[in-house]
Amino acid sequence: MMKTVRRIITLTLVVASVGGCANLGVKPWERDLLAKESMALSHAVDSALDDHIYFSKEASSGGKSFGGGGCGCN
Amino acid sequence: MQLISPKKPKSIKAALGLATLALLGTDAVAKSVTQQPSTQKSPAQKKLLDLSAWKLDAAVLFYSEADRVSAVEAVINGKREFADDHFLNLKLTVDTLTGASANGAVAQPNVQTFTRPSGKGSFETPIGETPLDDTFQDTRVQLNGQWTQPISDNMTLSSGGHLSKEYDYLSLGINSNLAYDFNQKNTTASVGFSYFNDTFTPEGDIPTPLTRIPAAGIDKQSLGTSDTKSTVDVLFGLTQIINRRMITQFNYSYSVIDGYLNDPFKGVSIVNSLGLTRDFIYESRPDKRTKQSIFAQTKYHFDGSIIDLSYRYMWDDWKIKSHTVDSKWRIELNDGYYIEPHARYYTQTASDFYRPFLNQSNDVPAFVSADYRIGEMDTYTVGAKVGMKLSNGNELAFRLEYYHQTPKNSGFEQVGALADLQLYAPIKAFVFQVNYSF
Repeated sequence: MMKTVRRIITLTLVVASVGGCANLGVKPWERDLLAKESMALSHAVDSALDDHIYFSKEASSGGKSFGGGGCGCN
Repeated sequence: MQLISPKKPKSIKAALGLATLALLGTDAVAKSVTQQPSTQKSPAQKKLLDLSAWKLDAAVLFYSEADRVSAVEAVINGKREFADDHFLNLKLTVDTLTGASANGAVAQPNVQTFTRPSGKGSFETPIGETPLDDTFQDTRVQLNGQWTQPISDNMTLSSGGHLSKEYDYLSLGINSNLAYDFNQKNTTASVGFSYFNDTFTPEGDIPTPLTRIPAAGIDKQSLGTSDTKSTVDVLFGLTQIINRRMITQFNYSYSVIDGYLNDPFKGVSIVNSLGLTRDFIYESRPDKRTKQSIFAQTKYHFDGSIIDLSYRYMWDDWKIKSHTVDSKWRIELNDGYYIEPHARYYTQTASDFYRPFLNQSNDVPAFVSADYRIGEMDTYTVGAKVGMKLSNGNELAFRLEYYHQTPKNSGFEQVGALADLQLYAPIKAFVFQVNYSF
């Protein structure tokens, strides 16, 4: 049951994003806001530090980037 | 793609460069760096040594749990563009951990004595308290290198290496990621791969799972001095620009961890019908774990603020499922200041072999662990980051967060004396971080 729900959600997200591509997006001269560092999807240093804490304290890791090994903290 | 503006050499960078060169013992070159502007440097020297061409991010993080673990972690991350969109990223991380960590044993209505992992000494846990081994201590050094470059008009390849060394742990890793831009670079599809090989050489050797943890001075049953595990991750990503203000990302990741997955310092208590501990044995986890996750993130740029929302659903063949919701709201203030409140919520179900303790009347299962980190649990994080642009163009930021874990009983009857004891103690931690970008 959960598996089916998951598949539907995933499929919907993928179809919505890929199917909608043609209408989504900006022209090259409209990238002023997106080019700002504060609009980057990830802050390398903060993300790495957070990942290390949560990797050590919880049963999940990765998702945003590689979950990986890397320390004997789990 | 990141736009990097050329900056004047900064004094800290010059000092760092000098320190590096001094360490390398290259006095002659070090001299030339101090004589800025120098005409003595060859183009090659300039490229490698000119720290002003690097974008550097440094951070120090302090993590402190009430009565348990404390950690300090320092990171310096350098990014340098060598030619159009050819980037080298180098990162050095050093951290140190001290304090007490739960050893898996269940709380008891009497004082308990435990053997330290080395087998050479013992410690006592007071009545009713979660047993914590206070010899937890480690220092870790980690190096990461990543090279990113376009390989065609629409394709970017990024490959890197990872090395992490602790007193008892070595981790080596490689990764590669290929990204394809299309739809006027409004859409990026990517596929990534990473492989890690870790070697664990714990103090007191690798114990035989499910055997008794012996009293101090008595040899444990051991499988050898070290063991290994490998981790393979595959990650598919899709990034989509929605409009001038909004960007979204979807990831699917698949991960297989193979090898030694036990925690050699953790055990499981076996209790009788009165709830009193009769034995304490080493935990036993399967030697394979397959994890999958979906991740979605979106960022929206309002006029004076940016909102960052993400969600992750993770599931694995240990029957752990988790949901993570993370939100950040960066509010721009005057004079280059900003404040960014942050809230994160996480919830996980227990693995199918998690047991807070075993009952003497039942057979010992093949796989069992009392590690609360694979039990049912909710956690939340709240905090804020405050950042400012300094007059020299550098950036300084402070982050303060509170992290709270609430382990839960996923349906285990607390027999006898255990009924009156706190078996799922909450954990509270503060995180303080300073960032400096120059």
